[in-house]
Amino acid sequence: MHKVAADLTRILGSQQVLWEREHLATYGFDGTAALEAPAGCVVLPKTTAEVSEIVRYAAHNRIPVVARGSGTGLSGGSVPVPDCIVLCLVQMNRVLELDQKNLTIHVESGVVTQKVTELAEAAGLLYPPDPGSMKISTIGGNVAENSGGLRGLKYGVTRDYVMGLEVVLANGEVVSFGNKCVKDVAGYSMKDVFIGSEGTLGIITKVLLQLVPKPQAKKTLLATFSQMDAAAETVSAIIAAKIIPCTLEFLDRITIRCVEEYAHLGLPLNAEAILLMETDGHPAVVEEEARQMAEIARGHGATAVQLAKSEEEAIQLAAARRAAFSALARVSPTTILEDATVPRSELANMIRFIQQTATKYQVTVGTFGHMGDGNLHPTFLTNEKNAAEMARVEKAMEEIFDYAVCLGGTITGEHGVGLAKKAFLPKAIGDASLGLLRQLKRTLDPDNILNPGKIFD
Amino acid sequence: MATQEELHRAVVDIGRASPEGRKGTAKYLKLLDYSVLQQCIHCGMCLPTCPTYDETKLERNSPRGRIALMRHIAEDRLEVTQAFGRELYFCLGCLACETACPAGVHYGEMFENARSDIEQAGVLRNGVRDRVRGLTLRWLFTRPRALRMAGRLTWFYQASGLEFTVLKLKLTRLLPTRLRALESLTPRVQSHFSDALIRPVETPPNQKYRVGLLTGCVQDLAFSHVNRDTADVLLANGCEVITPRAQFCCGSIHAHNGELELAKQMAQRNLGTFELERLDAVITNAAGCGSHLKNYGHLLQDDPIFAERATQWSAKVRDIHEWLAEIGIRTPAASVQQTVTYHEACHLCHGQKITRQPRQVLRAIPGLELTELPESTWCCGSAGIYNITQPEMSQKLLQRKMANIGKTAAQIVASANPGCSVQLQTAVHNLNLKLEIAHPISLLARAYRKSDVQG
Repeated sequence: MHKVAADLTRILGSQQVLWEREHLATYGFDGTAALEAPAGCVVLPKTTAEVSEIVRYAAHNRIPVVARGSGTGLSGGSVPVPDCIVLCLVQMNRVLELDQKNLTIHVESGVVTQKVTELAEAAGLLYPPDPGSMKISTIGGNVAENSGGLRGLKYGVTRDYVMGLEVVLANGEVVSFGNKCVKDVAGYSMKDVFIGSEGTLGIITKVLLQLVPKPQAKKTLLATFSQMDAAAETVSAIIAAKIIPCTLEFLDRITIRCVEEYAHLGLPLNAEAILLMETDGHPAVVEEEARQMAEIARGHGATAVQLAKSEEEAIQLAAARRAAFSALARVSPTTILEDATVPRSELANMIRFIQQTATKYQVTVGTFGHMGDGNLHPTFLTNEKNAAEMARVEKAMEEIFDYAVCLGGTITGEHGVGLAKKAFLPKAIGDASLGLLRQLKRTLDPDNILNPGKIFD
Repeated sequence: MATQEELHRAVVDIGRASPEGRKGTAKYLKLLDYSVLQQCIHCGMCLPTCPTYDETKLERNSPRGRIALMRHIAEDRLEVTQAFGRELYFCLGCLACETACPAGVHYGEMFENARSDIEQAGVLRNGVRDRVRGLTLRWLFTRPRALRMAGRLTWFYQASGLEFTVLKLKLTRLLPTRLRALESLTPRVQSHFSDALIRPVETPPNQKYRVGLLTGCVQDLAFSHVNRDTADVLLANGCEVITPRAQFCCGSIHAHNGELELAKQMAQRNLGTFELERLDAVITNAAGCGSHLKNYGHLLQDDPIFAERATQWSAKVRDIHEWLAEIGIRTPAASVQQTVTYHEACHLCHGQKITRQPRQVLRAIPGLELTELPESTWCCGSAGIYNITQPEMSQKLLQRKMANIGKTAAQIVASANPGCSVQLQTAVHNLNLKLEIAHPISLLARAYRKSDVQG
């Protein structure tokens, strides 16, 4: 055992410190393709006090700390850096309070997103953010990446539900921001600095989340298209008609095939694209919106529009859609998932550009995504062992990012920058913004021990 | 002979201790097509369905973690170490991860190859473990007659009053705790095995199909009545039943325990059991066997002599519930006023993706009320010989299963795998519960019989 592991064992006890090769090899990656690095050691704290002690020790010895939850991130944000301490928060998974009077839930950061969803549901409430990995992703990870999900266009993203945070700073100090008040303007909104900070500014240990009343009714529709841009135009038309459904999800032909192979739901295999549309709220409004959306879809060339027969079928459709990314691995072993996002009026342009770029560089791209909020997931289906193809993928990816930015969009809608998109960040946000990001990082983490080398160098 | 203490250690240590620091190189994982290992994109969707990860929350104890280790080994970044060996024997092999995996990773195949590498490298070897494995895997389970003989001896122990005397005099106290627990895990052996209960050919009056019936090993010794029930249900549904008297172990126990070569030999022997061309299906009623039997085609795909025959075989194998659902289940006339819940054997729901059909069988019985079991697809901890090799984890899973069963308030738990049935029966016995454990097919057979009596 090396010295760091031995020291940490004295602080935490041997059960919570892992240093054997057979453990370290399993913490060298997250959900991102082709990114891997060995951890120095892994710690599994159970309390905020323990996290504080670990960070204090790391700060004193200038050892990098990489925080992670379940390791489902898609930008390499929790991939270890050399000789770091991987701080895995999955064992800090207590639910502290569900407050039905204030509609809030207070949890430790290692609580799995699905658990929050289920607890809310049981109380007749809703926790809207539902990232694809919600079955296993942790709330702490969701906050650190500011995760989105399938309901973003109506309900927003994780940030919109965070009312308060407890954070361990780079010097080990524990601070809390926010409370159960709907309004609070005392000082800077510091919680917002830590949301989406990807573990580079502090370690999130507790989260206070806002819940909303569960909608009384819901309707799920599945529209089939023989052309991809017809689906994109349908989405733009729905938004232009001033309808904000909770879900407008898009899957292209390759994705449909892979998802169907996994989920066996009877999806139309000969379609070029499908749109999964969902509206929720007051029964009368839901009825009316579903009718309008079906009409708009047909008007824009949908060959079929079906209504989910039951609540169960609707849930299965959403679950199948969430599995899209992983299901695409059926085609090829390396799936490089991007999340270029554009204003919704530009969707058809973006979709066409992705298709053209794939053809130009002779790479296979499966595209799906949250079309309703302009957040697309063009996924390169490749093999990391094929260097020539990987090089073409890189080029195609860069062009897609450039085009997204040029349309007024962004390089990442919900996965974060991490390692995967670090190279593209300067161009996307500009020197002045990047300078400010760096200055903030220096202020909060002067020794650069928290997840160094992520987002920017 | 091994001393009692040695035996005790062997039982606990199958998959555990041997001299520290032993290492070896991989053969099987390296020969395995790399695409099988590469298929995992480490998205983590398998984690919440893995019973061992759920318990420890350590990556290494998850399918994703185990695959990462296997990949490290295949790529020469790690040797086959003792810790790797222990890890792969801590895995239940329940295959819940395969059901959860959107990418279609064949975890089972990797798992079998990894365990073979562990045995080949000998990282877990010790004298007693070798002797136990030699006696069971290499000797007993490759010789049908020896297995039946062992069965008869156990039956004699249980039926002669000897067991009663031993328990009454509390002689088991002389045994170490874990071995004492093992005593209660020993299935109740039947007085008659399948060959005495089922004639080689039985033909119904209204024959529509002809099927072969596999009687299994544990099923044959401890649940031969389930085999009789299966034959009866097949007959009642118009199937002529061919049941060869001498049948070999299917080899699943070998494949799952690092003896892939032996598993292949067992498969080759079994291919001669039936004249496949004359049969509409080969029927199995044990989930664990069925899952493996359907894999013969894949297991022997590179075999110059047997590959084709194995593919034909795999295409003919049907789980009994699957077959009945395919041909249509005759509804029994008599009704049964009881409540039942259905525990899903891993190798039925995950290994064979059969979930709907056993419920169809249960629902076909008039009056029988089916209450869904919470977490019905969560492993009960039996997992082949896992309850012997990993008693602590196994007990935790059994407790979880029993708590869920308690929530249903059912009178009967239907289970379609002998291993699960023994495991559940043990809990029923130890907790002194009034709960019947029965194969779904036995319940259907019972309803047919009741109908016959009522005329």
